[in-house]
Amino acid sequence: MNPAGWVVMLLSIGFVLSLASFCLYRVLRLPPVEVEEHLKGQLDIETGDRIDAD
Amino acid sequence: MSNNQSSGSENWGTRIGVILAVAGSAVGLGNFLRFPGIAAQNGGGAFMLPYFISLLVLGIPLCWAEWTMGRYGGLRGFNSAPGIFSVLWRNPLAKYLGGVALLIPLVIYMYYVLIEAWCLGYAIDYLTGDLILGTGGSVDTLVESLRENSAVPLSDKQAASQAFAKYFGNFVGSGENGALLDPEHRSWLLILGMTFLINFVFIYRGISRGIETFCRFAMPLLVVLALVVLVRVLTLGTPDPAYPEQSVLGGLGFMWNPDFHKLADPQTWLAASGQIFFSLSVGFGIIINYASYLRRNDDVVLSGLCSSSMNEFFEVCLGGLITLPAAFIFLGAAAGEQGTFGLGFVALPNVFAMMHGGRLFGFLWFFMLFLAAITSSVSMLQPVIAFFEEGFGLKRHASAALLGILSAMGCGFVFYFSEDMLALDMFDFWVGSVLIFILALIQSIIYGWLFGIERGEREAHLGAHLRIPRFIQYMLKYVVPIYLMTILVAFCWEKLPSRTVDGEYHEGYIEMIATNRIALLSVVFIGAVLMFLLLLVRIAGKRWEAEGRFADLEPEGEFRK
Repeated sequence: MNPAGWVVMLLSIGFVLSLASFCLYRVLRLPPVEVEEHLKGQLDIETGDRIDAD
Repeated sequence: MSNNQSSGSENWGTRIGVILAVAGSAVGLGNFLRFPGIAAQNGGGAFMLPYFISLLVLGIPLCWAEWTMGRYGGLRGFNSAPGIFSVLWRNPLAKYLGGVALLIPLVIYMYYVLIEAWCLGYAIDYLTGDLILGTGGSVDTLVESLRENSAVPLSDKQAASQAFAKYFGNFVGSGENGALLDPEHRSWLLILGMTFLINFVFIYRGISRGIETFCRFAMPLLVVLALVVLVRVLTLGTPDPAYPEQSVLGGLGFMWNPDFHKLADPQTWLAASGQIFFSLSVGFGIIINYASYLRRNDDVVLSGLCSSSMNEFFEVCLGGLITLPAAFIFLGAAAGEQGTFGLGFVALPNVFAMMHGGRLFGFLWFFMLFLAAITSSVSMLQPVIAFFEEGFGLKRHASAALLGILSAMGCGFVFYFSEDMLALDMFDFWVGSVLIFILALIQSIIYGWLFGIERGEREAHLGAHLRIPRFIQYMLKYVVPIYLMTILVAFCWEKLPSRTVDGEYHEGYIEMIATNRIALLSVVFIGAVLMFLLLLVRIAGKRWEAEGRFADLEPEGEFRK
């Protein structure tokens, strides 16, 4: 295995591992879908108030 | 039906579940057997440059487009490609283009399930010791018979090598058509039946309880098994002191040492694009179906990137470190001359025969390949079963039975016409190679030119946890179709006509059809399946129109206000 081989191998594996770790970290850190929907749902609550606050 | 839900009948249970299922669909034998061979033949480490460029320019953008289109169609009540394409492009022709997305997974399943059964069969043979030298099994019998019949004395290594090649030939019946119907292959028929049944059990259980649950167990197990084999390979040292260059470092060098001159060869770029394309399962009609079971606010951008990167992990980090280095350590440079099946089913059994603990590691390796294959094959059945259900209102058991009959007919065709594996090769070339390029091209045109990149960008970012850079949309509209067209033309130019390279004659696929009855029959069979599916698509389309399935949609596919 020559030095160029080492460089290419480590760069390739490093790139793929970094990308996969980043994606998995982001996905696993997210709240469960139901919780997320509930959080988003707060903005969509229909209050029935039709009067312009201004 | 609420426009916040997909068709309502089925949904994925969890975010990680759908990612694992899509990654499972992409991870298959190609990651472990095809990628290392292609890389070594095309410049080793230098191959990784066009490989990663193709991943970023072609693979990931197309994945995002498929995920986006799939969820869009799912939210409008369709899970099958004919319905989804009709929503994306309100034209009567669209549903027929979707028919191609049914043909591809169905026909690939017909031969893929056989290869899957080979993996299971080999795993069982390692467990029973039939594939281990010195246990009195079939391989020992073959070695003795080869030695008796050989005109020149054979060394242990030569005899073993020829015995494993003969064992594989017998196993797949490559000697003559109908060979697998001989009484000696009854146990193999049982294994094929079991493999078929396992696939249909998961499909029958549905998206969440079947495919997702299976992939949530199978994918982590796949990683563990691959890591165990990887550790064994990396600790092999220099098994034969008579060949000091055949060491772990020598094996890694064989795979990774770059030959930058190969970058000037267009063939290297074509091979890299093709590998990315096959590996990510783009253009198979599977991602679009899987994504249709997502809810409105389910992320598609991060999920698409995550499943693609998982596939790359299996391919580059595991496939790139295990298969070819292991084969080189025991077989030397001859390991690089093997094709995909030769590397997996002939070279590696040779390796396990010479390795300490080869019986255990041989079993783990082939069981791992079996798992990788089954996570892919179940995904091939789902698009068609979804079409039967939504196109004809069939219940799951009826659609599974219909699909079972159809796929068993095709599988039986490949099983019977086993001589030189010609039927399998024809199915793989015309459907598993040419048609997936065509479907990917169709999808990229639908996304970029008919659905529109503005709408595509807006849809992709609904519920997204990551933003797609704007220039990707322009690439999807302009670069990807041209890139795909170029690859398709170059691929056909290389494979269709017969040619002589370095004094060696290569028969093209056109000549094969003209001169070989089995090749012709295989193409006729594929054509007949396509015609049958298009007929079903026509009937389903009329049914959808009569039911008013498109009535609450604007001509451009949006819900009417």
